[in-house]
Formats: sequence, C-alpha cells, structure tokens
Amino acid sequence: MIASQQPLLLALVALALSFGIGTIVFSRRTSRDRASLSDSPVVDVVTATTVAVTAETDQEVVAEPQQHVPDAEQSPNLKTSIGRARSLFTMAFSGIRSRSSIDESTWEELQDTLIRADVGVHLAQALLAPLRERVREKSITTPDMLIDALRVAMKQQLSSADRSLRIDAAVSPSVWLFVGVNGVGKTTTIGKVGAAKTAQGLKVLMAAGDTFRAAAAEQLQTWAERAGAEFVRGSEGGDPASVIFDGIQSAAARGIDLVLGDTAGRLQNKSNLMDELRKVRRVADKASGSVTEVLLVIDATTGQNGLVQAREFAAATDVTGVVLTKLDGSAKGGIIFAIETELGIPVKLVGLGETARDLVPFIAAEFVDALLD
Amino acid sequence: MFDSLSDRLQSIVKRVRGKGRLTEADVDEVLAEIRTALLDADVNLGVVQDVVARIREQAVGADVSQALDPGQQIVKIVNAELVSMLGGETLKISYASHPPTVVLMAGLQGSGKTTSAAKLARWFKSQGRQPLLVGADLQRPAAVEQLRTLGKQIGVAVFSEPGDPVTTAARGLAEAKRLGKDVLIVDTAGRLSIDADMMQQVADISAAVKPNYTFLVVDAMTGQDAVGVAQAFHDTLAIDGVILSKLDGDARGGAALSVKHVIGKPIAFAATGERIDAFEQFHPDRMAGRILGMGDMLTLIEHAEQVFEKDEAEQTATRMLEGQFTLEDFLAQLQQLKKMGPLSGVMGMIPGMPKEMKDAQIGDDQVTVTEAIIRSMTPDERARPEMINGSRRSRIALGSGTQVADVNRLVKQFSEMQKMMKKMGAMSQGRGGKTTKKKGKGKGKDSSSSPKATMRQLSDMLGGGGLPGVPGNSGQGGFPNFPNFPN
Repeated sequence: MIASQQPLLLALVALALSFGIGTIVFSRRTSRDRASLSDSPVVDVVTATTVAVTAETDQEVVAEPQQHVPDAEQSPNLKTSIGRARSLFTMAFSGIRSRSSIDESTWEELQDTLIRADVGVHLAQALLAPLRERVREKSITTPDMLIDALRVAMKQQLSSADRSLRIDAAVSPSVWLFVGVNGVGKTTTIGKVGAAKTAQGLKVLMAAGDTFRAAAAEQLQTWAERAGAEFVRGSEGGDPASVIFDGIQSAAARGIDLVLGDTAGRLQNKSNLMDELRKVRRVADKASGSVTEVLLVIDATTGQNGLVQAREFAAATDVTGVVLTKLDGSAKGGIIFAIETELGIPVKLVGLGETARDLVPFIAAEFVDALLD
Repeated sequence: MFDSLSDRLQSIVKRVRGKGRLTEADVDEVLAEIRTALLDADVNLGVVQDVVARIREQAVGADVSQALDPGQQIVKIVNAELVSMLGGETLKISYASHPPTVVLMAGLQGSGKTTSAAKLARWFKSQGRQPLLVGADLQRPAAVEQLRTLGKQIGVAVFSEPGDPVTTAARGLAEAKRLGKDVLIVDTAGRLSIDADMMQQVADISAAVKPNYTFLVVDAMTGQDAVGVAQAFHDTLAIDGVILSKLDGDARGGAALSVKHVIGKPIAFAATGERIDAFEQFHPDRMAGRILGMGDMLTLIEHAEQVFEKDEAEQTATRMLEGQFTLEDFLAQLQQLKKMGPLSGVMGMIPGMPKEMKDAQIGDDQVTVTEAIIRSMTPDERARPEMINGSRRSRIALGSGTQVADVNRLVKQFSEMQKMMKKMGAMSQGRGGKTTKKKGKGKGKDSSSSPKATMRQLSDMLGGGGLPGVPGNSGQGGFPNFPNFPN
C-alpha cells in the first residue's frame, strides 16, 4: 500500500541526497586539493621524530589474566541503595516544605528536581499539571500536601504493571533474551539472573549470543562457572541467532529449565544490527522452547535517549520488561517513568551493585518512596 | 520524535515579525523553548540555566531584521553560544620528554573505556607512536581478554597480570620503558563516582603511573548525572580531557556540554562507530547543532561518504544535471540510502528539509516497494521509462506485486524529477558556463561542458562554499530549490 504522496517524497529524498552528496563530495575534494599540504594538524606533535610503525602484533609474552571475583555480600534493598539519590530529593523538598505556601518557585523547584532525576521535561510537566489544578481548586493548600500528592501520583504511574518474570511450565525450556545498547550491563545482568535462578534450584543455560564484542563470551562463561550454569557459545563474529538457537535446542535436549540469551550491545539507530536482533528473536521462537521474556537492559545514567531506546528495541523484539542497572550510583534512573508511562513497558529488575545478589525485583512504591521520602 | 528547535522557534517568532525588535516577553517565550530543547538533549539543568542566561543577554533587544528570519537569528545566537561553550581550546597532545607518555582512562562502568583505550592506541599508532596497552581492569570478567583481542586487531601489545590493579599499572609502566614504548595507555575498571574505595584505587593507580593525560570516558547517552560524575572524577584525578563515546547513536549528547562546562576541560575525542578506526577529534560546531536538534548535515555527509562510493556519487550528480539520470541510477541510490539506516533518521539529519516531508513518515517499506517496481523492469525500460506502455505496465505491476497505478505514479514522478534536474542544471549552467567552457571540451559533449562548475556553484549554494563549520548555515542550508519541487 502506498499513500499517494509518499513515493514522490521518497524519491525526492533519494535524489536530493545522492545529488547533494555528490556535489558536496566533489566540492570537498576540490577544496582538499586546493588546501594541499597546508592542513593544520589536529593535534600538535611536539617531539616530531618519525617512528616507523610496526604493523605486526608485538610478541611480548604477558601474564595470563586472573579474574577478581567480588564476594557476595548481603542483598541490598532499593531504599538504602537509593539513599544517596534520596538525599538530593530530601534537600530539595525540605526547602519546599519549609515554606508556608505554594508559589511559583515551589513549582519550579519541584519540576527541577524531577528533571535532575532524568524524568524529562515533558513528563515532569505532565506530573505537575494535575497538581496545579488541585492547588487552584484549593484541594491542596500546603507544600507538604503537594509533595505527598506528587508521590501518590508517581506511584500511580507505576502501579498497574505486571512485573513478574515468566517461566513457562508447559514448554521447557523458557527463554529470556537480553537486549540493549552497548555498555548497559547485559552480560553482567545475565550472570546475576543465572546465579539467582540456579540458587532457586532451576537448571539454567547461558547462551553467548554476543559474538561481536571481543571476549564477551569469556565474560559470560566466567559468570556461568560462578553460577553453576551450563554455557553455550559460538565462534567470534558468528551468527548470534544460531548461537541462541543451538543454546535452546541443547537446553531442551538436556532438560534445562531456563535459557538466558545474551546479545551484543547495539545502538538502536543501526538498522542492520536491529535487523539482526529481529532475526535472533524470530529464530529463538522457532527453537523448541518458549521465549517468555525479552528484557531490555537500561543503564540508570541514561538520559532522554532511553525512551528512544525502549521504543526501538520494543519495535524490533517485543520487549516484555526493563532491567534498570547501576542504580547504586548517583544517577536516579528517572527515565523509566517515561518508559513505563509512555510505552507501557514495566521495569522488572533493578541492579544495585556488582555481586550476584545485587539484582533485585523492582518495587514501584519503594522506588518512589526512596526518591521522595 | 522531537520537533527541531528551529521549527518551534519559527512558530513563536512568526508572531514577533514586524515588531522590529524582540521584547522581553518574546525573548522569554523563545528562551523557554530553548530551555526545553536543551533539557531534552540531556544538558544538565544547572548548565541550561547558565546557557539561557547568557543567551538572554544577547537576545534582548536584538534587531529583528526583515531580511533575516528572526527565528534563524536566534538559532544563530544560540548555536554560536553553544559552539563557544563546547569549543575553546582543543587538546594538544605533547609527548613526554622522557617517554613513555602515560595516558590513564577512567569512567563509569559501561561507558566504553576498554574500547576507547584500544581506539586511542590505534590513533597514537597512526601518529607514528608505539603504544603499549595496560589492562588494569581486573574487576570485570574477561575485560583483559577483550583488551587483548582488540590489541591483536590493531597490532598493539597488551600487558596485564593478575592481582592488584595498582601493581599491574606500575609494572606496565616498567614494561613500557623496558620495551622502549613511547605511549602507555592504562585501561582501568569502571567505577561509580560515589564508591569511595574504588575512587581511591584509581587515585592510587594514577599516583603509581603519574599520567601525562587522564581521560574521562563519557557515554553520549548520559543524562543529568553526567555533571556529578565528571565533577567527582575531576576532583579525584584532575581530568585533562574527555572522550565522548557512542556518539554514533541518536542521543543528542547534551552530556558533552554539561561535562565541558563543569570541569572546563576539552572534549578531546569522540567515538563515532563500532569499528576500531571510528574515533576522531571532537567537532564542537557539529555537536552544537546536534544538541539543538537542528540536523547534523556534516555527520550525515560523513556517514554518506562511508556508504556511497565517492566517484559514483560524483558521477551520479553529474548525470543528474545532464538529465541522464535513469531508473537504474535511482535504484542504486535507493540501495545506498538504505545502508545509511532508517530513512526517518536520515531525514532528521537534513537541515532545511521541509517540515511536510519530515512529517510524511516515509517508511523503509516504501523503499522496498519502489525497489520492487524498478527491479521488475527490463534494462531498457529502466533507461527509457517513456517506453513503458500499457502492457508493460501491467507486467511490471504483476512482477512487483503492486498496482498499475503505483507503477504509473513512479514513472510519472520520475520523469518530472528528471525534467526538474535538467532545468536546474541548465539554470546554473547559464550563470557559470562562460568561465568554464574550456574544461568541458575534452568531453566532447555540449551538455557536459560545465557540470563540474555547476556543481561547484551548487555546493556554494549548499554550504556557503566551505564545508567545515557552517554553524550559521545549518538551520537554513538544505538543498537548492528543494521547497519548489512540484507535488
């Protein structure tokens, strides 16, 4: 189906692009020719002795690495771990609370506090708009009441979601895929989930579907050994879909309950990589298990781009939930408000530290309380 | 998803037009938009307030010239301000008089330190240096493995040993001296800025190797927290420069501005892709446009240059001007276009793209349909679409799984575009033909006498002549005659 205007527009874009680029490439080349050698160096080289570049890999023997394994400590809870975040809010709010009436600067401070937590301008405004209405109606009269009302509103935003992680009893194994951009902590999260599930007595297999990043499979293997989980990997640079497929098949053959599928980090605007991920999902569905969760891993430090990430990954793989990692840092992870409310994708797990026990279920009320107490 | 800032400003400023001067109230409204745009781009709130205050100073009372669009004028002010805030001094690497020059990498988990360390090593190598990489991230499983693999790819040695990261780093320094390496790059474990023990550890590593340069690796997607993190690392380590990673994503990268503003150190490098050579000097002017959501023509061009064959692109443009552009060429262009990623992203990067076109939501599906139609044509038909008669049309429609009307539309629109391109070529040829007649003679064809000159003129129209740094233009550039295309 083609809407009448679109092919024309499309053609225009293509033409304009190819034409524009051709023109620009041409002019660039011309100006480069003109500039010849007078290009100013980007970085000054002070000791300008030219050294011959050795192309081969140097042959020095270096010691084998040994991994430092952080010891498991007490499992933390959300409230204490977001304590630092809380202090920021408390400070802001104590300023507001100390005032006797609600004025424009009260609103400004509330909004700024939400923005600082990466909730985003639009959502912050949307959260405050109905409260403004209630203040106008005089159903809220003091700053204390206002803050309490905000807390209730934020909890409500997060209240209806189903945060359970499903394991299909009928079709074994259940498959959980982990997706997300680079560096959010997918592999680490799988390691932690695997450790938790094996501790619960489930038989777990980890499939190293990240065939792109150097040593990603080794990283996952270390986690699998720690957790006592089975491990399947392919060759580096191999087809991730086939690694996941093989993992599921061999899990089915060995009576394993849960397959945790790792995938390479990818930026959501790389269409070829997103296509690859679609294929992983499709192929995983064909294997003799059942894909019950596709978890998008999001770093708590992520700003407004998190919403775009969630939208694109959801479009590609039917994401069923979010894992919010690194919430033990100074970042507040407010972007999950936008992700939950605008896209309806629930946060299911929260990462609060480096050890296996630091991955805990997301409890909305606790999260909001920790932020607003 | 975001309206470009210039669009939003335009609508406000439309009302202001004719006043001649921007009143305080007008400026307030405009500044509110700018504030939202910056916050949407993840610029830190404190920094935003600062930027907005600076812009207010310049904007109040600014003349609203009749010739210049006042919206553009304000965008220009904002853009210039951002460029100056992002830019300033660029980092100049001075190599230590007693080698090795030591570089320490620090940052949060997952910010991209290991990858950046390898990319930086490759960069040093390309500068004629002999770097040694030290894997002092003994925390994350297989981090050293990763560094080793990357080292192998770029032909740079990697040193690491188990145990204590501080000792490893110190031994790495000794190793570099022993091997006569002149650059040492120390990769460290990711750490939270509020983890006192880990911050102490990286301070100890720093004390052990006495780095000449300490780089903070910052993820371009970072939100409001970027400021706190940068400040904490700066307090502990005295950061010399910032490496902005994952800039090839679609985040608008306000973190760059925040970090630069708060620690006052230059953004030295930016990682612009997954490949190991996708690592380059930072361009403040491009970043400003990106943060403002004004399109990023230069990045688009670079992106396109990677995908399009240069000669081919140049040839195509020439053929277009001569009116020889065929459906075959068009098909090739479409395929190149597809390689550049989702169409909506590409469109978003084109400044001056008419709003109706941006809003048209051209899906990648339509590329596929158009491709299918062209592929169902014979080579002759592709070269001369006018030969496509009724029976050919039905055959093509059948072959491509479309309707005859779709085929008609494509053919008709294509011929219209062809005409227009020809006209455009002729138009600019008329202006510049005289001076460049000589060049064309060798080609022995009248119409080709000056396509190159034409292209030069057009490129002048496009980018004000010079490509690097067109900040003032980026809001109003765009392709020539674009809005005049018939619908």
